Amino acid sequence: MLMPAPDPAILSRRAELLARLREAVPDGVIEDENSRRAYEQDALTAYRQIPMLVVLPSSTQEVAAVLRICSALGVKVVPRGAGTSLSGGALPLADGVVLGLARLSKILDIDYDNRSVTCQPGVTNLAISKAVDARGFYYAPDPSSQIACTIGGNIAENSGGVHCLKYGLTTNNVLGVEIVTIEGDIVRIGGKHLDAEGYDLLGILTGSEGLLGVVTEVTVRILPKPETARALLIGFASNEEAGATVAAIIGAGIIPAGMEMMDKPAIHAAEAFVNVGYPLDVEALLIVELDGPPAEVDHLCAQVTELARTHGAVSCRMSSSEPERLAFWAGRKAAFPAVGRISPDYFCMDGTIPRKALPTVLARLKDFESEFGLRVANVFHAGDGNLHPLILFDSNQPGELERAEAFGAAILRLCVQVGGVLTGEHGVGVEKRDLMSEQFSEGDLAHQERLKCAFDPSGLLNPGKVFPVLHRCAELGRLHVHQGKLAFPEIPRF
Amino acid sequence: MTTLAPRNAAEVLDAVRWAMNAGEALEVVGTGTRRGVGRPVDAPHVLDVSALSGVLEYEPEELVLTALPGTPLAEIEALLASRKQCFAFEPPYFAARAGTLGGAVSTALSGPRRPKAGAVRDHVLGVTAVSGRGELFKAGGKVVKNVTGYDLPKLITGSYGTLAVMTELTIKVLPAQEDARTLIVSGQTASDAVRTMTSVLQSTADVSGACYLPEGVLLARDAPAPGAGAASATAFRLEGVGPSVEFRLSRLRQQLASSGSIAVLDLESSLHFWRGIRDVAPFADDATASLWRISVPPSRGAEALAALRAELPGARAFLDWGGGLIWLQLPGAADVSAALASEQQIRTVLAQSGGHATLIRASADVRRAVNVFQPQPAALAALSKRVKLQFDPKRVLNPGRMYADV
Repeated sequence: MLMPAPDPAILSRRAELLARLREAVPDGVIEDENSRRAYEQDALTAYRQIPMLVVLPSSTQEVAAVLRICSALGVKVVPRGAGTSLSGGALPLADGVVLGLARLSKILDIDYDNRSVTCQPGVTNLAISKAVDARGFYYAPDPSSQIACTIGGNIAENSGGVHCLKYGLTTNNVLGVEIVTIEGDIVRIGGKHLDAEGYDLLGILTGSEGLLGVVTEVTVRILPKPETARALLIGFASNEEAGATVAAIIGAGIIPAGMEMMDKPAIHAAEAFVNVGYPLDVEALLIVELDGPPAEVDHLCAQVTELARTHGAVSCRMSSSEPERLAFWAGRKAAFPAVGRISPDYFCMDGTIPRKALPTVLARLKDFESEFGLRVANVFHAGDGNLHPLILFDSNQPGELERAEAFGAAILRLCVQVGGVLTGEHGVGVEKRDLMSEQFSEGDLAHQERLKCAFDPSGLLNPGKVFPVLHRCAELGRLHVHQGKLAFPEIPRF
Repeated sequence: MTTLAPRNAAEVLDAVRWAMNAGEALEVVGTGTRRGVGRPVDAPHVLDVSALSGVLEYEPEELVLTALPGTPLAEIEALLASRKQCFAFEPPYFAARAGTLGGAVSTALSGPRRPKAGAVRDHVLGVTAVSGRGELFKAGGKVVKNVTGYDLPKLITGSYGTLAVMTELTIKVLPAQEDARTLIVSGQTASDAVRTMTSVLQSTADVSGACYLPEGVLLARDAPAPGAGAASATAFRLEGVGPSVEFRLSRLRQQLASSGSIAVLDLESSLHFWRGIRDVAPFADDATASLWRISVPPSRGAEALAALRAELPGARAFLDWGGGLIWLQLPGAADVSAALASEQQIRTVLAQSGGHATLIRASADVRRAVNVFQPQPAALAALSKRVKLQFDPKRVLNPGRMYADV
């Protein structure tokens, strides 16, 4: 993975930068190499780089001061929350500053009348739900890393989770943000009201992977917790039948709170790890969760059970207690570490496909396994088509890392070929950066970069992520000169 | 003045390039239903995209529909209904005309289900468009979950045609609700109504609509809301599968037993009632009266409403979104100076409550003079302008429609 070459001119100004940052954030600059090493990677552990400096501001004003300094000196900035990105979104740069937001960790306002929580970006996802739990509320998006990941990082990556089928991704649950631009301007967008005025800058900041601005405050909406939730554990003799059941459930007008699928290798890995009683003689397992008032959950559980039966389910268990429901989920939620136990290393892919393409894609994955000589286990957010193939490899074996990377690229190309996309919830980061041209033309990417130019014309915020080639805005800015005459007489005109 | 009527994306591209070279701006229109929303566009030419019409792909089980922007909204909604699906964001029909899909996305007006189901922008998955640079580009995708690259579909949604001309749209669709009931509490004051709506929205009643019609504000001149007479109506919509609706209705009835006299609308009356709220039916008759759409934090709805009424004699209003949306009608065909004065009053009230106001209907003279959209603080306005100039550097697409210099 090629990152932008360090700029010797910047490296030579490290002492000056250090002095100015210390002035701005007296107690929050990390200089010595061993302490900086703690920031060398995020959850995409295949890549690492020790940053030039790390700075940990503790207020919006300090963030603004840091960005003004970096902007003035032309120093690159990599924002970082808890470092749980699976796509390398927080991978540092040798000539860049890591701007860590972990110290901005206060919940500022809980407003039950407006069903909103306002907090700083370093608050963890789960801490928001915990803060409002006693009053019967929660924050809906629940990425698997929710115990550690921060709400600021969730905004940067537009994080999902197993319940986003019914309750939406981060972007659908954010009401407002305060950001600091690379020039150090503090800008507020949205608030406790719905739908910010003017262009939907909130919509584009969410999921912008730290390339447009640094989030310093967030207002999210909270929801009353559903009264009951029940999960169904349904086994199938084939992936096709499981896929057909998912289509039938959606076709019947049911949007479950969660609908997850695991293939045989994933079922076995998970069961061996958490031992919750998953059936081991099935090819595919569906977990369908229904939530709401008891009358609704009863009604829908009966409907889903019937649909599963008519589509060839070989087993079906309904959770009869809250501990049992959580046990059904425990295996799925532990799927990644479970796979980590049976393989020294794994890559987690994150493509989304039209659900109808699932049998084709799973069959092709079998071919790929022999082609690349590596095994794969699949977990699948079946409701929304978000596929997580886990490629198992051992980086100590010469050539396996490269083969795993090639395998991953082949899977993502396949996702695009069948009408899907490169990433459903983990982000592009560095991991899928060089595959962007599989999904987007040069012109498509140029329009995305133009947005970058509007926010960060000098390209200092998180460069090397998302875009295979980050053009200079001046170069990108040239207008094509088209023929001056009216060359299109065939357009009807009145 | 020339009207260009492209029949496909290639011709849209040609037309925009021609405008760029000629240095002459285009006003982009579909069937013109929402043409009166926003500032008047000072463009010598019209780009009529209504011929780009038709549904390209619709797969109910994928929850995705792809269509050309000029496709009549009513045609799409009928198609969705035939498969028991819908646009959950309830785009309004103006003066009983639905207009086009492109118009609904460009203006991004969401209906009463907004607090529960999300806004227009939450359902726009993918877009292909010609930017003001005379280049065709696509963004987003045709699947319901996607974080690949910037979410440009959200930027294009609600940009009133000022950044790009859409040539294809992919929208998330959802199952239509199997059953619905509406519970109406009559006779509440606005502040009691907002308190009641807040408590219902905090409960697990899971309502998909909560609105308040003050005394004398009726859905139609001759048809008071059933059960409400001419008294005020605080209304709650319950949607879902039959057993769930029945269960939640009976519990809500208990919760609100002491709040006032209660009536319940059946499925058909319920559909009619919320169509009326969606289309702002109480203020649809008088086309000369100005109409403002004001978004505030829901708990501030009643006090904002009271302040507006105190400052603007003759104003009529109702609340939607549990108090978070105020539809405000100002009497008569206001002259420009009166309109400027009322705008000032509205902005002053909003400075207290937070939120924003958009002038949805007024004469062209008024819309040219006042800030139709909420004025933005300097740093935010500068960002918006930079976005505009990146996508449309020569300002050939709907110049001035949102802000005079955008």
